[in-house]
Amino acid sequence: MPESKHRQGAVTVPHVAGNGLLDRRALLSQGAAIAGAMSVGAVGATTGAAAEPLVNDPWSLAPGITIPPYGQPSRFEDKTVRTLTNPKLEPRGSAARTPHHLLNGTITPNGLHFVIARGGFPDIDPDKHKLLIHGRVKQPMTFTVEALLRYPMTSRVTFLECGGNSAPLYAKDPIQANVQALHGLVSCAEWTGVRLSTLFEEVGIDPEAKWFLAEGADAPTMHRSIPVSKAMDDAMIALYQNGERINPSNGYPMRLLLPGYEGNMNVKWLRRIKIVDGPIMAQNETMAYTILLPSGKAWQFFYPQEVKSFISHPSPGMTMKGPGFYEISGLSWSGNGRISKVEVSADGGKSWALAALQTPVLSKALTRFRMAWNWDGSPVVLLSRATDEAGNVQPSRAAFAAERGQPRTSPPVTAFPMEHCNVISSWGVSAKGEVTNVYI
Amino acid sequence: MSTFEARTFGICAAIAVALALHAGSAAAGDGAHFGQPISAADAAAWDVSIGPDGRGLPPGSGTPAQGAVVYAEKCAACHGDKGEGKTNARLVGGQITGPGPVVKTVGSYWPYATTLFDFTRRAMPWTAPKSLTNDEVYAVTAHILRLNGIIGDNDVMDAKTLPQVRMPNRDGFIPLFPGKH
Repeated sequence: MPESKHRQGAVTVPHVAGNGLLDRRALLSQGAAIAGAMSVGAVGATTGAAAEPLVNDPWSLAPGITIPPYGQPSRFEDKTVRTLTNPKLEPRGSAARTPHHLLNGTITPNGLHFVIARGGFPDIDPDKHKLLIHGRVKQPMTFTVEALLRYPMTSRVTFLECGGNSAPLYAKDPIQANVQALHGLVSCAEWTGVRLSTLFEEVGIDPEAKWFLAEGADAPTMHRSIPVSKAMDDAMIALYQNGERINPSNGYPMRLLLPGYEGNMNVKWLRRIKIVDGPIMAQNETMAYTILLPSGKAWQFFYPQEVKSFISHPSPGMTMKGPGFYEISGLSWSGNGRISKVEVSADGGKSWALAALQTPVLSKALTRFRMAWNWDGSPVVLLSRATDEAGNVQPSRAAFAAERGQPRTSPPVTAFPMEHCNVISSWGVSAKGEVTNVYI
Repeated sequence: MSTFEARTFGICAAIAVALALHAGSAAAGDGAHFGQPISAADAAAWDVSIGPDGRGLPPGSGTPAQGAVVYAEKCAACHGDKGEGKTNARLVGGQITGPGPVVKTVGSYWPYATTLFDFTRRAMPWTAPKSLTNDEVYAVTAHILRLNGIIGDNDVMDAKTLPQVRMPNRDGFIPLFPGKH
């Protein structure tokens, strides 16, 4: 079957699915296989240009710049920024989205972590901030930031995702926007802080209590009801984000971290926890973050962010640089645990191949997947489909709409026509190499 | 004293000083216990939660007519003169079923009137949250409920009457926790 082989030089890499998906050996950086695979396409085309003699550039001929106390990215990377929905802070909420099409790996830099805030971010003096824990406890207590910093700490890498992330994928017609606009309300960081169960034990929480509420110190004093079972499982009061104190727009000096749960519940600028008898029925758990079904009834208390993936490279808005070798890569995650596999298709879902998962694969963390691809220059549709260790599989758009209802409108890309939308993303690649959001 | 001994002595002295400093804090026993006890009275200013049964509602009261005055001054700029929505959410009318577009408002979607009081008191108006008196919050709540045809012109909203307001979509929700998750 000569058409199913990717042959270059002396080496052959098997095709593993339609339209040029290659065996993962083509991703390896060592051995004969890679030498063969990498010599086609983009690399081959580049080396085909006439070579020029190497010269020393100015930065190699004079001393450089003073190392700053806090480093910033290269000035040539000034496009790698969040997009803002409310840059002048008009009287409404603000969203800042992560530029996944310009990043790689799995950790989101603190300045690029997504944010949703109802009233800007508060400029909190940590010496004046306190956390109150009260309600159904033996002894109500306050905890200063200084006090919390003295507790034994725990760290974990986890994603945070807005319940409304990927909502544009639920529009009636495909919205042409990049992955920052479509999927930019998910990010991933290493968070360090104090286990919430430690503090619950110290205040003497009523063992029969099932619910607590968490409230922020920002202007709208946003609050949510949360099951005590989550506090006793893996919740923490996070104080550090990727090694440094939490970014102000992400909750400085402390935020609640509920790994895998809907972003809005991970209350930023946390100032109060109250152990209560039942859900408080906050605006953000009745009006917002509920899912209205075609029957007129609405799901409430939808907590874990369910299994999802999308291809970030290539993705809508990009243009491929001609036929040849490409690494398809993207992000996958599940609020229910580890990603167990990601499948990729280059023929609109007719055939699938297993992508390589970047290790370590962590529970409730962004997981990078990679797939080698030899694009022959013909139009294709690229898909990714993730499965988590609980066996949940990312649904097709048709299966999702069958349960949630058919989308009736195509609202602006910044709107939220659906919560907890985890449908498979499909990117079309034209013969010219233009990548767009398509429905299949 | 050798250099090594001097250094060791220095470290030990530093630890002793650190321990002495810590002895004055709330810490006691083995383990980390650094919380500062507080009385319920001292926590009251932050305890603004209101349950769906009305627990936590403060003293005070307001009528739709009183609320209309507050609304015109503090709310209409963003939510429209009659709650029809402007730069921010529509508060009146709408529907959540049928062939037309879904429009979630206080009237068509919110299951509890207590949530309206709670949200208004903690978060509104956007430019000056927590600036309304409890009477003003009761009044604005009454006005919005009246605009939705849920209460009458002369109904007074207070800690007793507000939790008794039956919202049209009270039974419209299916809790997934505990259960599905």
